[in-house]
Amino acid sequence: MKNIIENIGSIVIKTCQHIVNVSALFVDTIYWLFVGPFKKKAAKRQAIFEQMVFVGVKSLIIVFFVALFTGIVIAMQTAPQLSSLGVVIYVAGLVSVSITRELGPVLTGLVIAGRVGAAIAAELGTMKVTEQVEALESMALNPIRFLVVPRFLALVIMLPCLTIFADAVGIFGGYLIGVFNLNINSALYIDTTFRFLTTKDVMTGIVKSFVFGGIIALIGCYYGLNTSGGAEGVGKSTTISIVTSFILIILADCILTAIFFFTNI
Amino acid sequence: MEEKEIIIELKDVYKKFGTRQILSGVSLKVYRGETLAIVGGSGCGKSTVLRHMTGAIRPDSGSVFMKGQNLAELDEDKLDDFRKKFGVLYQSGALFDSLSVKENVCMPLREHTKLDENIISIMVKMKLELVGLRGFEDLMPAQLSGGMKKRVGLARAIVMDPEIIFYDEPTAGLDPIVSGVIDKLILDLSKKLSITSVVVTHDMNSVFRIADRIAMLHEGKIIQVGTKEDFRNTAEPLVKQFVNGEPEGQINFFMSGDDYLNELTK
Repeated sequence: MKNIIENIGSIVIKTCQHIVNVSALFVDTIYWLFVGPFKKKAAKRQAIFEQMVFVGVKSLIIVFFVALFTGIVIAMQTAPQLSSLGVVIYVAGLVSVSITRELGPVLTGLVIAGRVGAAIAAELGTMKVTEQVEALESMALNPIRFLVVPRFLALVIMLPCLTIFADAVGIFGGYLIGVFNLNINSALYIDTTFRFLTTKDVMTGIVKSFVFGGIIALIGCYYGLNTSGGAEGVGKSTTISIVTSFILIILADCILTAIFFFTNI
Repeated sequence: MEEKEIIIELKDVYKKFGTRQILSGVSLKVYRGETLAIVGGSGCGKSTVLRHMTGAIRPDSGSVFMKGQNLAELDEDKLDDFRKKFGVLYQSGALFDSLSVKENVCMPLREHTKLDENIISIMVKMKLELVGLRGFEDLMPAQLSGGMKKRVGLARAIVMDPEIIFYDEPTAGLDPIVSGVIDKLILDLSKKLSITSVVVTHDMNSVFRIADRIAMLHEGKIIQVGTKEDFRNTAEPLVKQFVNGEPEGQINFFMSGDDYLNELTK
């Protein structure tokens, strides 16, 4: 019994330490992001663009397929129920709202956490264990400015973009089922989609994805920069960064949805 | 004897990693223009001493002075000003994997100076020529051997014309000829350009070639500081054992605490 309590206590303490450290990293990142340029120490534009290409452009294919099939699946799953109520046309509204408010941002966030977050943790982890991070410091080049800021910026800019892309593709997936399988008139389907869809729906999704982007970047960088113990350590950091990102994304999704729900946004 | 200028001074430095006490009261001075070798067995805290000097880690207690300034009292900007004046050669070279040899070497110049790209190119060529690797500018670190990586790392360490260079195991894992080349480079740099060098190593051949003074570290303490002659003719048994590489002596190779027979018959 004593052991169990001890274990729980040590887990709580460790978790609190992680929270404090990640918050410190966040503050540092924000500092270098906004104060850096005034001290003529802005992050390199080239590095930011490279990261944006990696995060955004190169994720288009996987995001496309995930969003397309999600749209198709929602339409197929809901069509029987809605048609038994005689309102099969509502498929259009259901797909568009559920994709833009929830599934677009969350699924894109999870996919990018797996693809980009893991790559960040692995890359920075390798740099850490091969002394490259220390070498940067010894050259008077701040690792946060050099490594974290470009990745953070790339993710908070590109994840909302990817989410908009996923929204469009997901709605298109629903459209395919609606028009070719449920035989809804194409123009009617599109018209119904936009009748149900409000700017609010899209905006809440984008706000979410903005937060998810920050989470993925910070968690990946945090575990990467705190790697120790060679190749095995890099593997551990990568795994734990993905697991943590996933949990935090779902948690943040829950909190943000609650905020939108209770404040009627 | 004239009073030499102290460039770095460690005063009673203690450092603990987790539960392991690495340094227990290290005091050491580095004078301008000299080559100081810090020697000792694996895991005795040599690299930790070096990392205190570069400001990468801070002591638990005690202090590190660089040119009379306490590193612990400096903010990041001031510390960065110091860092621009020294170069560090890491054990593995610590080249950035994603950048080519040229980009690795010119990185500090690009970041800290406003030099024209042509001048940067020329400077990179000069530094690479110095380490014998001119013509390798466009290769990636993954295409280089261990020794070449170290030489590129050295070129990067000296590209800003530093006042002090720190070497972490510069000859470890290299064949004797490349070791000799690196030693010669270290000598050239310190004699011709009167750069202060701090070399952490356990390669005694190399130490006797390059060092002006030697400090030996054992179990987190400096046990002897002296010239090469002091070390060759030492009476201190620990130092003697290390210098001659004798397997039997006061430094125990067997680190297990339990009695051997006890453990076998348990």
